[in-house]
This record gives sequence, C-alpha cells and structure tokens, in this order.
Amino acid sequence: MSAAIEIPYNTTERPDTGLYNAKLGVWLFLASEVMLFGALFSTYVLLRVNAEVWPTGAQILNIPLATLNTVILILSSVTVVMSWTSLKMNNLARYKLFMGLTLLCALGFLVVKTFEYRAKFEHGLLPSTSTFLAIYFTMTGLHGLHVIGGILVNFYLWLPGTKMWRTDPERFTNRVEVAGLYWHFVDLVWIFLFPTLYLLPGK
Amino acid sequence: MTDAHHDAEHHDDISFIRKWIFSTDHKTIGLQYGITSLCFLFFGFCLVMLMRWQLAYPMKPLPIGFLANWLGELRMPGGVMAPEFYNQLGAMHGTIMVFLGVVPLAVGAFGNYVVPLQVGAQDMAFPKLNMASYWVYFIGGVVMLASFFVPGGAAQSGWTSYSPLANITVPGNDFWSRLLSGQTVWLIGMVFLITSSLLGSINTITTIIQLRAKGLTWMRLPFFVWAQLVTGFLLLLAFPPLEAAGVMQLMDRVAGTSFFLPTGLVVSGKELLVSGGGSALLWQHLFWFLAHPEVYVLILPALGIVAEIIANNTRKPLWGYKSLVYSVVFLGFMSFVVWAHHMFLTGMGTTINAFFQTTTMIISVPSIVILTALILSLWGGSIRFTVSMLFALAFLPMFGIGGLTGLPLGLASADIHLHDTYYVIGHFHYVVAPGTLFALFAGIYYWFPKATGRHMNDALGRIHFWGSLIFINGVFLPMFIQGMAGVSRRLYDGGTTYLHAQDVLALNKVMSHSAWALGVVQLVFIVNFFWSIFRGRQVANDNPWDATTLEWATPTPPPHGNFTHVPEVHRGPYEYSPPGAKRDFAPQHLPEDA
Repeated sequence: MSAAIEIPYNTTERPDTGLYNAKLGVWLFLASEVMLFGALFSTYVLLRVNAEVWPTGAQILNIPLATLNTVILILSSVTVVMSWTSLKMNNLARYKLFMGLTLLCALGFLVVKTFEYRAKFEHGLLPSTSTFLAIYFTMTGLHGLHVIGGILVNFYLWLPGTKMWRTDPERFTNRVEVAGLYWHFVDLVWIFLFPTLYLLPGK
Repeated sequence: MTDAHHDAEHHDDISFIRKWIFSTDHKTIGLQYGITSLCFLFFGFCLVMLMRWQLAYPMKPLPIGFLANWLGELRMPGGVMAPEFYNQLGAMHGTIMVFLGVVPLAVGAFGNYVVPLQVGAQDMAFPKLNMASYWVYFIGGVVMLASFFVPGGAAQSGWTSYSPLANITVPGNDFWSRLLSGQTVWLIGMVFLITSSLLGSINTITTIIQLRAKGLTWMRLPFFVWAQLVTGFLLLLAFPPLEAAGVMQLMDRVAGTSFFLPTGLVVSGKELLVSGGGSALLWQHLFWFLAHPEVYVLILPALGIVAEIIANNTRKPLWGYKSLVYSVVFLGFMSFVVWAHHMFLTGMGTTINAFFQTTTMIISVPSIVILTALILSLWGGSIRFTVSMLFALAFLPMFGIGGLTGLPLGLASADIHLHDTYYVIGHFHYVVAPGTLFALFAGIYYWFPKATGRHMNDALGRIHFWGSLIFINGVFLPMFIQGMAGVSRRLYDGGTTYLHAQDVLALNKVMSHSAWALGVVQLVFIVNFFWSIFRGRQVANDNPWDATTLEWATPTPPPHGNFTHVPEVHRGPYEYSPPGAKRDFAPQHLPEDA
C-alpha cells in the first residue's frame, strides 16, 4: 500500500451516481443481508406451514423483556442518527455522547437477551427441543451476532477511530453514516423478528 | 516501460510481504487468486482421476503402489478404494472445482485483475476489503482440505450436501466429534467461502459503478465488465440463502435441531431421536436458490472473456453488442427463478414443475442470443488463430453442446428419465469444463503478456489446446450415451453390477483413459506457464494483440496505480477496422487515431 494511490469518490460523491463508494458498498452489503435473513424468514414460513401444531410465542417466550429490547434498539437507532448529525454540526463532544449512548443501548440489548437465553436453557428449552425453538435460537442468535458486529464497529468509531476526525473529518462523518445505516438494519431485523417470533398466535 | 521502471523505483520501500503476501494491489490479489485457484483446480482434477480408476477397473488395486500406501488402509484397503473414500472424492471434487477452482479463477482472478484495468481505475474501490476477500478464501480452502484428515474423512454427501443424508453422517455423539466431522468442517469452510465472495462482489460492483473512467458510459463498457457486474450481483444475492441453509445444517449437526429432519425419520432401522418437524425439501430449495445462479456465475465471466478475445482476433466489432448486454442482464434476473428445475423428481407437484420448466425455457433464450451473437461475430472476420483464439473458438460449440443437452433436463417429463444419470454429469461438465475452463485458459493465454511482459509459448500452447480438446470430449461425450442407457451417477462400481449398464460398461475405460491423458496434457500447460514467466518471448510493446480496451493502455506489467495518465474514454470497446483509419483498431483512450 502506498500513499500514491488515491481512490476517487472515497469521500465525495460521484456526480452521476450521487454516492460515495462506501455508501454504495454498504447498501450492497445490506441487500445481501436481506437475502440472508429473507432465507431464514422463508424457513420460518415453510416450517410453520408444514407443522401440525405451532406454539404461540407468548407461551414460551418472554414478551415484556422482548418489548423492552425493542424499545432499547429503536432508541439506539435514534441516538446513532443524533451522533451522525452531531458530526455534521461539527460537535465532536456531542457525537461522543450519542455514540456512547448507542453503545450502551446495544450492550443493554445483549444483556437482556442473555437473561432470556439463560431462562430458556434453565427450563430445558433448547434448540433441539422443537422446530419453533430451533428457528427462534437460530434467528435471534444470528441477529445477536450482528449486534455484536455493530458494537465492534461503533466502538471503534467511538474511541480509536475518532483520530480521523482531525485529519479527514468529512470521511470520518461518512464512516459514521455508513455504520449507522448498518445499525438501522440490525434494528430493523429485530423489528421483524419481534412480532414474528413473540407475538404471532400459534396453530 | 520507462514509466513502469520509474514507478518500480518509487515503490522500492514496500517490503516483500506487503507486495506479494498482504498486498492491497488488485493485480497482485488477482494473481494470488489465480495461482491458488489453479492449484485447487489441479487438485480437484487429481481427485477425479483417482475415482476414474475405480470406475474403469472396479475393485482392482491401484497400480500406483506408493499412492495407495500413502492414502492408507482406511481409504484404500489393500489398494482397493473404499466406498466411503469414493464418496469423499466425489463430494470434494465437486466442491473444490466449483467453489475453490472455477469461481475464484473466473471472478477472483480475472475479475480482480482485469476489471479495474478495463474501467480505467487505479485499483478496486476497497483495496483492503479485496485483500481480506482473498485471505478469507484461502482460509476456506485450507479448512476444506483439512476436512480430509478429520476422523471419518471429508464430506461424503455430494457437493449438494442433500439433507437428511448430510445430517445423519455424524460419527459420534459428543460435541467434539460432531464438530470435527467431514460434513461439519465442509459447512464451516463454506461459510468462509461465502464471506469471501460477498466481500469480492461488493468490491467488484462498487468498482464498476463508481470508478469508471471519464467517458466510459454504460454502453461503452467492455462486455467482460458487464458479465462481471451481473456475476457480482448473482454472488451478492444468491449466496446468502446458502449461508442461511449452511447455518441451519450446522445447527442440525452440532446443536441437534431438526431443520431438515422430518418427524419419524428412520435410519438403519432405528428411529432418530430428534424433535423432527423439519423439511428435507427445504435444504434443496435453499441450496438450489444459490446453486442455479451459481451456474451463471460459472459461465458469464467465461462468455465475457470469449467476447473480448473474439472481437480482438476477428479484428471486427462484436456482432450485436447491445443484445449481448441486454441478454446478460436478463439472464441474471431470470437465473433467480429457475432453481427448482433441479428438483422435478422431489414431488413438488405438477403446478410448480410447470412454472419452473417455463422459466427454464425462457432463460435459454438469452443464452442462445449470446452464443449466436458470438458465432455471428466470426462472420467475415480475418481470424487470427492465436492459442487464446483457439480456446475461445472451441468454447462456442462445447458450450453449445452443454447448453442444448440441458434443454431435455429442463422439461419435467424428459427429466424423469434422465435425472441423476450420467447424462446430467455430461451436460454440466460440457458447460463447465470444455466450456468455462476453455474460456479461462483462453483468458490466461490472452492476458498473460499484460501480467508478465512475456508471451506464453505458442507451440506448447497448441499442443495443450488440441490435446485438451480431443481428450476432454473423450471424457464427457460417452457420458451422454451411458446416461441415456440409464446408468445412474454416483455408482461406486461404475455400474458393473447393474443390468442396464452392461451394454455401455466399456465406455468407462474410454472415459478414464481420456481423463488421464487429459491430465498429462495439462502438465504441458503447467510447464509452459512457469517457463514463460521467466523465459517466454518478450512483448514488443504494451499492446501486443493490437487491442482496443483500456487494460492495454497501461505499462507492462501495470505498476501500482495502473495508468501513467488518468485515462479518458472516447469510443466504444470494440472499434476494430474502423473505416478510413490507418490502423485496424481504434483504442478507447485515444481521442483521434493517429
């Protein structure tokens, strides 16, 4: 790698597409993610349609905790936008506050999720118990991995990555925007998971 | 060349490791992909050469004693191949050829090396991601190879890993023996390969959309770039469902879930102790949702390479460039709605069968448009029969045979007879082996001078071509005859004990000897490849084929950053023999042909 190479549209938008590279890249990545979770939701539909009995989410799962988690994640989606707009308003301290809050929410989500998982395991409710629990653990587990991924990225942007703010503030702002887009997606997946797994009546 | 020299001096401070191992230069990464995937291709071919001994001479000890000894008593008891080992070879041949050989060569190597050059970019849009993509692929390859050495050996359920067969091959019941079994390791390897292709496809698409040079409008893109763009979208959107399926099969194997295990499944006379409620068909749907677009991932870059070489060596524009572009885009869309034609015999029902056979007939139209346009491009050209052109020319009828023999498989009623026979094997190998692989060989001979500054040896190249053409047909043509006679695929003894195979049994020997001869001919290529890197005839200038596209406007080999001046594009990609010009080609980057 050498300094001689400057990839164009790294920071600025290409006029005819109206996008900088990373923004296109992250949208492509999210399209791929939609297919990943789409396959899992299709699996849910197919397994449910084929099953003779299917449990109502409320009988097995903890709706109050999941509601709390939903609120936490939606809140974090708001704070991540606030952190980005703070950078747009040239206010690094405010950015740090809101990104910190985003991280706090994400960690809070994981903590609640851990309690939920542990309660299931203690009651002997394992992925191998039923197809419903299998798809529940697979989907929420994969979503949990996405949350962890988001935490790693956001943490990097919260502390060590901030040094780019001094050298290339525009690019750093773009990074936060791209990470924010991903974080919205993680939030959105949960908003689909919550009613599908927790709220739908069984048959 | 002086510019290249200057540039090399400029970058002297880059250490060997940064330059060749952890490089972010798309050309180095392309070469890394190329060398690695060629090794995997040869290895995958060796696996099948071993299988072909068992097929031609069932239950006879392998005549190569040291090899049988090295493989050991478990795999080759008394020098005779064990059935389990035969199954491993079959499954891993398919996996390695598709996921570690052809796709990384077509997309990883050619896509990486050529696409940024052809769009006039300095590098890929995300160079570090590009490096990560190669190394994740490399780890995936190592994991796949390592699966041969876990207890019980590698995956045995075919490259398709159909459930429940792939679920129930668990050697022990504790966590570690569940984790360290061939099929589980296969799934873990696939997760790496899928991640790699995800990173690669995001990079390719972004590069093509964002980094096109000034003046390089969509209808001025070389057809190869179009093919890579569509391929990128296929990889991006088709692979994730397989990743989901892989995760679920992993859960089935390691966590004991029943995604693909129906209630009351009986294995070896015993009912499985699982919750049940799963669906075996689900795996097939998710698998083929990837694997059918994957077929086009294999063929589209090949079509792109052939188009470049045909235009260059006929010295005239491609016939119907716009039809080619629209066809390839349409092909990409349609490839997502044909997957279940692999599943006519699963009992999905006649309505679903009718839908998928209709879409399958529709998708054959753009394929034939492309092939016809390429054949018509030859009309009236003053063809230069270079080695790369020979491979490109042979591609056309070979891909034609592969494509046309697919039509009966796309019709549900004909497929009932032909499904799971050697006819199917013959069909898709014609598409991928003398089809795609010939195109990839053509690409290697064509772009080798740009990458190394030297030509590959012509005489050795011709020996490689004619030998490959003859023997590869010797391998795959008899498969149609066997298949129509009703010989099933995946028979450990090649059909010796099957009544309906008796008339066509002798063909097994023809195919096996052809395969081994084909292997010998590839040695000529390997020798030529390495010899030419160091001793090949040096190129006379930066554009030895008198080509028009941007990759030939770079120094040879292109330095880091590729172009000495920021290129600007003034015309379409294939302006060969323009009327009134002094030369018979007008490069894209020159404002007026001087």
